[in-house]
Amino acid sequence: MNYNTDKLPRKQLLSLQLDLSKFEMASEDEKAQHETMRESTTFFRDGMKKLRKNPLAIMSLIVLFCLVLTIIVVPMFYPYSYEQMITVNGKRDKTAKNLAPMTYSKNELKAMEEGQKIFPHLFGTDELCRDYFIRVLYGARVSLAVGLFASLIVLVIGLLYGSVSGYFGGKVDMVMMRIVDIIYSLPDTLMVVLLSVVLNQILGTALQGTILARVGNNMISLFIVFGVLYWVGMARLVRGQILSIKTNEYVLAARALGAKSGRIIKRHILPNCMSVIFISVALQIPSAIFTESFLSFIGLGVQAPMPSLGSLANAARGGMQSYPYKMVFPAIIICLIVLSFNLLGDGLRDAFDPKLRR
Amino acid sequence: MNEPLLQVKNLSTSFKVDSGEVRAVNGISFNLDKGRVLGIVGESGSGKSVTAYSIMRILVEPGRITGGQILFNGEDIVQYSKKQMREFRGKRVSIIFQDPMTSLNPVYTIGNQLREAIMLHTDRNRAQADERALEMLKLVGVNSPEQRLKQYPFELSGGMRQRIMIAMALCCEPDILIADEPTTALDVTIQAQILELMQELQKKLGMAIIMITHDLGVIADMCDEIIVMYAGRICERGTADEIFYNPRHEYTKGLLRSIPRLDTNHARLIPISGSPVDLTNMPKGCAFASRCDNCMKICLNELPEELDINDCHKASCWMNVKQVYEEAKGGIA
Amino acid sequence: MGEKYLLEVKNLKQYFPVRTGWFGTKPLKAVDDMSFAIKPGETLGLVGESGCGKTTVGRTILHLYRPTAGEIIYDGNRITPQNVHQFRQKMQIVFQDPYSSLNPRMTVSDIVGEPLDIHQLYQSKAERTERITELLNLVGLNSDHARRYAHEFSGGQRQRIGIARALAVNPRFIVCDEPVSALDVSIQAQVINTFEDLQKKLGIAYLFIAHDLLVVQHISQRIAVMYLGRIVETGEADEIISHPAHPYTQSLISAIPIPDPNTARARKRIPLEGDVPSPLNTPSGCAFRTRCRYATERCAQERPPLAEIAPDHSIACWNPHD
Repeated sequence: MNYNTDKLPRKQLLSLQLDLSKFEMASEDEKAQHETMRESTTFFRDGMKKLRKNPLAIMSLIVLFCLVLTIIVVPMFYPYSYEQMITVNGKRDKTAKNLAPMTYSKNELKAMEEGQKIFPHLFGTDELCRDYFIRVLYGARVSLAVGLFASLIVLVIGLLYGSVSGYFGGKVDMVMMRIVDIIYSLPDTLMVVLLSVVLNQILGTALQGTILARVGNNMISLFIVFGVLYWVGMARLVRGQILSIKTNEYVLAARALGAKSGRIIKRHILPNCMSVIFISVALQIPSAIFTESFLSFIGLGVQAPMPSLGSLANAARGGMQSYPYKMVFPAIIICLIVLSFNLLGDGLRDAFDPKLRR
Repeated sequence: MNEPLLQVKNLSTSFKVDSGEVRAVNGISFNLDKGRVLGIVGESGSGKSVTAYSIMRILVEPGRITGGQILFNGEDIVQYSKKQMREFRGKRVSIIFQDPMTSLNPVYTIGNQLREAIMLHTDRNRAQADERALEMLKLVGVNSPEQRLKQYPFELSGGMRQRIMIAMALCCEPDILIADEPTTALDVTIQAQILELMQELQKKLGMAIIMITHDLGVIADMCDEIIVMYAGRICERGTADEIFYNPRHEYTKGLLRSIPRLDTNHARLIPISGSPVDLTNMPKGCAFASRCDNCMKICLNELPEELDINDCHKASCWMNVKQVYEEAKGGIA
Repeated sequence: MGEKYLLEVKNLKQYFPVRTGWFGTKPLKAVDDMSFAIKPGETLGLVGESGCGKTTVGRTILHLYRPTAGEIIYDGNRITPQNVHQFRQKMQIVFQDPYSSLNPRMTVSDIVGEPLDIHQLYQSKAERTERITELLNLVGLNSDHARRYAHEFSGGQRQRIGIARALAVNPRFIVCDEPVSALDVSIQAQVINTFEDLQKKLGIAYLFIAHDLLVVQHISQRIAVMYLGRIVETGEADEIISHPAHPYTQSLISAIPIPDPNTARARKRIPLEGDVPSPLNTPSGCAFRTRCRYATERCAQERPPLAEIAPDHSIACWNPHD
């Protein structure tokens, strides 16, 4: 056999001065120290560690946090309101129409000369003399709220429907999934438009006088539209997750131990599919925001004077050549929100999806 | 003396992961002569498969060869360009994997894939390649080969697929065939068929084989020489007889003690204690020390050097040093 | 009946419907008319190649699948889907895959404690903790491990956790479904010894399912060899290994890779031609005849019954050869 590798000096053992003490048997303690067990981490902590190492996800998180903070806090002390014209000295200021960012109207300039302090219009004003910055903020508020609530509705319906279908399987599953297929096969844009038109009329009368009327029946119909149409994707995802987790041997072991269905779902199945579901909710939010913006853009979204990012963009369409900034601001905010949620969702998936591990 | 066909010198391969650097292969050296069957045996995580992938340079991200040379006929393939590597793979060295299903493309017929492989490496035309494909299927003992050429991988059984893989690996007459756990996914009776086939083909075609497995039984059956790996290092190497009948590393001894045998009359097994080492957190000294029954103080701190036991046997274990010393001392006294 | 059996399986059948075409279904006969019995404290090894139905047997005994036909009798009482719950404390199972058999979101103490929770086997929190520690010690782990999650352990340790979970209800019978196949060679022996020690200490009977004959012959007192859902040979372990009578067993034993170069070189294999037929289309008569060297006309027409050829050694074959 040929062992002529270069790096093998033949030691002359007998000439070697051996330190005999080194050749004593090692004690069990010494051996135990040799082996170190890794620090204990939980699934969650491990995932957070990975998430922290993802700069894009962390940046998105910071952007979203700042945005939400601004949306909540700034309107509290901002001197203008989203639905009222700018007033100078208690009088409506008709000159403050379509101002460019950081400029003042004639009346305002006059007032300032008289020594009044006037807060600048950060994003300018719109054609009804309203401060544009606060309108964009409210628009973002509405869009985010719609996104979050719609996703929540989708989550709840999808989770319930999907778990029942996935856990019980067989004929139940067959029927439930065929229903999902039918809903899936409807052209969703068309359905969204039709549904919101119809719902708007029905709700308009039904909601009169209730608290919900304050939210606006357009808003409510938006939620219903989302609830009715977009849960199917979530239901499929949940069902798939449950089907794959159900085959795991730990579920079988729990059954062999005599655990009841409820316990198996609660202790074994749901905890193991939650991460995937939350990731998909995070990715659902931007798509809801998009749909809301789209509906508002074509005039089916939230009711005036309540702005949403989509309706702002729609309103800006008219004077796009003269006042491009009115299009740019809501567009940037939409992009920022959607991009952040998408990047965050991706980051969460990389960190928490069990399939991408090991 | 003839130059060995393949010389691996001081090869190191690591994977950079979140929790640190996994040193899968840690400075190993070995030679392979023409027409020999070399077995590399070790547990999962011992670095045996990574060694094979390094030789083929098909490591998946984030794996990198971090040092050493792999000389094939005197040329260092670590320095090869991508184009040279494509030429080298398949034509000079071929590999077959554990799972024959995932290594065959499910959307092409067997004939198609074989022809592809043949035409890639030789200047045969289509008709000649088809002829060669048929010849290869006959060689690996596939029944009704004409019909098989038209079938898709999923229509075949596991054993049949592994035969096809072997045919594909051998169609360009490589000098070395690397078999990475080729029978682990197969049933015992099918495993026996495949091993028999490989031995037969080796005799017929004369290629060298590197057989990678965790199964000492497979190794005993197939190999002329054996390398025992643990935690990315070679702990012992030698001819099959030396390794099985005269093991000189505590790990090899432990392994041989721990497997059940047919003739031991249900005597209690003697297991190796502990768990495999954490490769991201390699201890200094001998990696096996904490599981070793004869662990000495020196084992915990110093890496044992490889020592010649005899002409065809080397081991890296401090026990041998101790033994040599004690024998010499006894001789004097 | 001279001896009392702990578990008797009589004419067990387990068919799974498989869709063939648009409307028709065809039964996949995973287990077809199997009968065997296990005495208290005994190990019966169940060997066979993949797809022969050995895993299904184990799971059907525990009613994880509802049996198509046949009887499963535990200590004289027949188990039915209605009363199976009361047998959950008497029979348990240890699975093959040490990764998928432990819930990754639960700590070791929760995993081992789950059976205690389900069956209300403790009065106080302290008693629960004490019992968990006791179980972990029994399988060679310690209480420090209890707070960790399963993914922090190596394959062998995970398998021990699985054993501790099965032991929590004090079962007298455990189905071991390939419990060492996924483990490294050096770890296999640890787990096998654990099983043997527990049997000695607690008198548990095992149905030890595996494809590795070396492991099975080591741990079992008796062996049953399966081929396509049926037992082809059964008897005392040493007898079967040294004098296999069924042609399939003979080939199987001759195909074991023996970790000894001299023996490996010297012995002659009895090669088996071809592959196992699909369980959807089992051959008529004797299922093994398509690969059998001794197959005759009769094998194609009649199915050989399992018949005793020596005391406690039965085979299902028309033409046994030595």
